[in-house]
Amino acid sequence: MTQSAGKAWVFGNDIGTDLLAPGLYMKRPMEEIARHCLEDIDPRFATEVERGDVVIAGRNFGMGSSREQAAEALIHLGVSVVLAQSYGGLFYRNALNLGLLVLICPETGKIDAGDRIAVEPERGRVRNLTKNETYPCEPVPAHLMEMVRAGGLVPFLERKLKAGRALAAGIG
Amino acid sequence: MGLTLAEKIIARAAGRETVCPGEIVICKVDLAMMHDSGGPRRVKPILERLGAKVWDPDKVVVISDHYVPATDAESAAILDLTRKWVVENGVERFYDMQGICHIVLPERGHLRPGLFVVGGDSHSPTGGAFGCFIFGIGATEMAGVLVTGETWIRVPETIRIDWSGSLAPGVCAKDVMLALCARLGMDGGNYQVVQYSGSLISALSMQERMTLCNMAVELGAQTGLIAPDDTTAAYISAAGSGTIDPTEWQGDDDAAYRETLAFDAASLPPQVALPHSPAKAGPIEDLRGERIDLAYIGSCTGAKLADLRMAAQVLKGRQVAKGVRLLVAPASRRETATAASEGTLAALIEAGAVMMPSGCGACAGYGFGVLAEHEVCISSTARNSKGRMGARTARVYLASPYTVAASAVAGAISDPREFFSGAAV
Repeated sequence: MTQSAGKAWVFGNDIGTDLLAPGLYMKRPMEEIARHCLEDIDPRFATEVERGDVVIAGRNFGMGSSREQAAEALIHLGVSVVLAQSYGGLFYRNALNLGLLVLICPETGKIDAGDRIAVEPERGRVRNLTKNETYPCEPVPAHLMEMVRAGGLVPFLERKLKAGRALAAGIG
Repeated sequence: MGLTLAEKIIARAAGRETVCPGEIVICKVDLAMMHDSGGPRRVKPILERLGAKVWDPDKVVVISDHYVPATDAESAAILDLTRKWVVENGVERFYDMQGICHIVLPERGHLRPGLFVVGGDSHSPTGGAFGCFIFGIGATEMAGVLVTGETWIRVPETIRIDWSGSLAPGVCAKDVMLALCARLGMDGGNYQVVQYSGSLISALSMQERMTLCNMAVELGAQTGLIAPDDTTAAYISAAGSGTIDPTEWQGDDDAAYRETLAFDAASLPPQVALPHSPAKAGPIEDLRGERIDLAYIGSCTGAKLADLRMAAQVLKGRQVAKGVRLLVAPASRRETATAASEGTLAALIEAGAVMMPSGCGACAGYGFGVLAEHEVCISSTARNSKGRMGARTARVYLASPYTVAASAVAGAISDPREFFSGAAV
């Protein structure tokens, strides 16, 4: 599963869910929440981010709330993958459950805004095509990778339930 | 090698003799709690798509607290959907506008030591004060739990935090947590378990223990935990949930901890966290005199009965300073009733407090009382990220209910200890 290269958007440490999905818009549709994603620290992000772009961050990305709209907003905006040195545990679970690939990459500090980034999660590496560098990333646990490949927990469960029902019907 | 309390609970929920930190196990969920924001409105479409039913409606608790009472058509629709969903799905444990989920859950007797619980809110670890393993999950994962009755967990290590000694008058659990946020940082908990112990913890009330576990999230922990004792048993019994044997759920003496940190409570001064992070906390001495517009006593962190009593201790017989607004949103309706009958509420109101409904309120910017551009607030809540409580240029300081009340009286950030020593303010 090599993803095609995307442009890097670089953020710092402790980027929280209040920034990713501001509370003020939480009762609104996803389109509107996404429009305000990260606006308090980078007003250009939500309007200029392009499909396939990559979000780069330091430590503790997604800290804070359980609101999964924080991850969903990034998916909605077309972000293909997040690379951070570490994650808020809740965000990490939410992102994978929604099918957003999030990788732990200790060397995100070497990536600059606008660099072209490609990831190869199975090989545990991130390639910076602009700088011609390669960084290691931690593998996603196998059972979670399977879920991400399926598109997230819901399609994964959908497939599993369908298989279970088919099996039950076959036996019956 | 023995097991920590968290490992014992996880092993039991996974149907295993033992578990090791780092391994991934599937656990059966004893209880799933969700609220109006991340609950029915988000899980309903997923359950419909899957054509699945709730695995066990008796293990589900739904509590409306984020959008209560409705302020506009959108929040009214969210609450309407919530009320209909619980009926359609046979969920009888529904608490509508009874208070904040993390307070209502133990108040109505749903938490007992040894349970494996998921909550659809990041502050779910509040319930760890009752010796259960309870952590926050998002709505998609909650939908998965509702369908399958189980979820996965990477067995966390436990960080033990010992506090000895007793707190000075005017200092409380909130100060302990702000000091820990400053010391460990917002990711010091590393998505592991933070377990509190020591002579201070043993002496604390359940509500103060809840504050410690509540803010374990601000340390980046997966959950906070306190081993049950007689105080726990007394609370659970009073909540109508029968008797428990606290010795049944304890970590082994030879359990392995990731690390053990030790602190002395006696020397801890009141803490204030600067905008925009709880980790920017420090002794109040550094910030005294900073002018405020709003003093806020609210949220699962800072508006329990114990917190209201702290504020009332400072405010009794005093007045909120001119030009300052004091808003109080008690954590639950039942606690409001107790506060009313014992005179706590009167002390707050007579001092000039404006009472708000029990719910998440201004804390997450969902409800009433949010801040205008450039306003300054001191708040008993847990988070102060930019824009959270309203305008993005607003500045929110975090402190204990004592300090928030003292600051409301002075009109500027003030040391509550001065109110206890009889010094003039």
